[in-house]
Amino acid sequence: MSQPSLLITAAPHLSARDSTPKIMWHVVLSLAPVVGAATYFFGVSALLVTAAATAGAVATEAVFGKRGTLWDGSAAVTGILLALTLPPGIPLWMAFVGGVFAIGVGKLIFGGLGQNIFNPALLGRAFLQAAFPVALTTWPVPGGGFWQLKGDNLALPFVSPHPVDVVTGATPLGLMKFDHAGTELWKLVLGVTGGSLGETSGLVILLCGAYLAARNYLNWRIPISIFLTVAVFAQLLHTLSPSRYADGLFMLFSGGLMLGAVFMATDLVTSPITHLGCWIFGGGIGVLVVVIRIWGGLAEGVMYAILLMNAMVPFINRATQPKVFGHATTEKTT
Amino acid sequence: MRLTYFRHGVHPPELKGLTAHSPIRRMPFPAEIVIPLRQHTGKPARAIVRPGDRVERGDKVAEADGRMSVPMHASAAGTVRDVRLWPHPDGTYAEAVVIAVDPNSPQPHRPRVIPDWRGLSGAQLVEAIRQAGVVGLGGAAFPTHIKLSPPKDTPIDTLLINGAECEPYLTTDHRTMVEYPERVQLGIRIMMRALGVTRAVIGVEENKPDAIAALRATLPADLDVTVQGLRVKYPQGAEKMLIKSLLGREVPSGKLPMHVGVIVQNVASVATIAEVFQTGLPLIERIVTVTGHGVRRPSNLIVPVGTKTRDLLAACGGLTPQAREIVFGGPMMGSAEADLDAPVIKGTTGVVVLSDAEVKPQRSYPCISCGHCLDACPVFLNPQLLGKLAMAERYEDMNQHHLADCMLCGSCSYTCPSNIPLSQLFALAKAALRKPKAA
Repeated sequence: MSQPSLLITAAPHLSARDSTPKIMWHVVLSLAPVVGAATYFFGVSALLVTAAATAGAVATEAVFGKRGTLWDGSAAVTGILLALTLPPGIPLWMAFVGGVFAIGVGKLIFGGLGQNIFNPALLGRAFLQAAFPVALTTWPVPGGGFWQLKGDNLALPFVSPHPVDVVTGATPLGLMKFDHAGTELWKLVLGVTGGSLGETSGLVILLCGAYLAARNYLNWRIPISIFLTVAVFAQLLHTLSPSRYADGLFMLFSGGLMLGAVFMATDLVTSPITHLGCWIFGGGIGVLVVVIRIWGGLAEGVMYAILLMNAMVPFINRATQPKVFGHATTEKTT
Repeated sequence: MRLTYFRHGVHPPELKGLTAHSPIRRMPFPAEIVIPLRQHTGKPARAIVRPGDRVERGDKVAEADGRMSVPMHASAAGTVRDVRLWPHPDGTYAEAVVIAVDPNSPQPHRPRVIPDWRGLSGAQLVEAIRQAGVVGLGGAAFPTHIKLSPPKDTPIDTLLINGAECEPYLTTDHRTMVEYPERVQLGIRIMMRALGVTRAVIGVEENKPDAIAALRATLPADLDVTVQGLRVKYPQGAEKMLIKSLLGREVPSGKLPMHVGVIVQNVASVATIAEVFQTGLPLIERIVTVTGHGVRRPSNLIVPVGTKTRDLLAACGGLTPQAREIVFGGPMMGSAEADLDAPVIKGTTGVVVLSDAEVKPQRSYPCISCGHCLDACPVFLNPQLLGKLAMAERYEDMNQHHLADCMLCGSCSYTCPSNIPLSQLFALAKAALRKPKAA
């Protein structure tokens, strides 16, 4: 028998079927229904904003990223997630700039995939909110036909957007905070309310998240701990003073909580690696969300809650290292 | 049946179907046999034959060198051709006795080299086992006589028999339990006498119900031996995991199973001990699973120790065009073989020929902190952190994070979606730390 050309590698010689690009593209896939729901509610504007933000993110990765990182899918995930945090009527160039910032400053300057501290999509959104506060807080209400733009999406860069004839209104959280007016729960669950692209369809987001959790592409402990903390904390306040504070279910299904808890907080790179750490991380986000929403100056607090807890992740990881096998017993005997 | 388990671990595909139901058969003697003098943990043996010497099957060709060593025996009758360096399955070269097998010999053996076990005391049994060159056949090849001689101040209450066989593909232990259950039981009886223990537990993974049934049917009436099903999970067959699963005891860091009153023996080793005392022949052949999608006729073979890889593969129909990587041992912890002249040694549990389609992808991605490696590590280390330290060559810092507790099972590398070679990095770090520091 002649010697065939043999491969020599280190053990183990088999590997699990998951790979980082596969995980990323699965996230993209699971975001498709969310984008679909946004399109159902906001028409073509939703698709345009998603395309613009994703183009900004992917283009930046292509130009400045390391060779070959474009196809790992992580830039596309960031772009789509960013789009889902934006109002449907935002000028497209702003969404594009947001995508550029999210990847450029949110990820690449840290050293690329896996090195960033903060969720890049949320960093992009934080940047846009600081730079264009008006555009980021104009909320059209759903309805009005597929082809009707929900704002001056096509405005030229740095030109004041034309006023467009669409119905805008406050988001349920804005109504609650500034007018003390509630919104019916079913509208929140289905998403028939004003808000950003991905703020509206809680049910779709939960289903997509369940799919990712079942494949172990996100740690279910994070969304569950966020939901529990927010529900319990808000319900407690509601019980103390029902007229001043909204109830727990309202808090869960309003604003960006679903999107944030399922898709943002669970970003593998910027969340803890230990299970206990995930519970702490989620609990912290939940508390911060309620605190910011109720006592802060903003109607919405999910973005800052997640970004603040992102900064805590290294400490949480260090504090929650599991006990190494065979070590407690050594200490006992010595 | 009560299922017992340890926490963490991974679930690689089992892939045992290729050979799980193939009866063990004897392969023909090859034309040349190569017996490396280093086949076990410890000191290599010293050759006592010279080129030109005639040897019969079972004759001693090398003497044990010190206590942590065992003798080597000729696995076929023939003439010593040479004593020289030869490719070793671990990738290095080692001193080896090369024997030209006599094609006309009926391959008999001299009358009883090893005495009958009945009537031997514990100490005499241990000495006979040593003279038979018996080492652990589960892969590490630790000399069995050392394991059977725990210090007087370390009481042993339980003998655990490891029939987990958690590596994918391998069916050596499986077929041994199915086809030779009486031999396994006799080996247990001999070991219990050698150790002076009164209890033995056989642990078998639940994916081998026929093995469990065969062992249950042959349990001795006069001894406290039980068979316990184990949850199918890798690395269930690692000693510390097995002890945790079967007895709930946790071996302290840096200690051995005997420190929690346990001796663990592999099923194949136990069966071999029985065989040695039954036939009077030393350890000169073993059962090897030759399998994988890169070999034409996957088989369970009785192989003379020292058979070259190329002869072994030829006995199984040769390689398929898809053959890409030849692994000695299981695919999780085994080592890739570069040289088809490297022989089967006492610790060779199997030879797995992986096909193009199943070898690992070559490309790595950055760590995305998914935490899957932490979930996989059976000893609760943080492979992510250790991997980062290893890439920065901060080996001393790795010690602070309990690198020493890593047993290189490969679960972290297996599960890593970014295909980072974690266990390879840890093996490198361990090797670097073993080296004496430059003064």
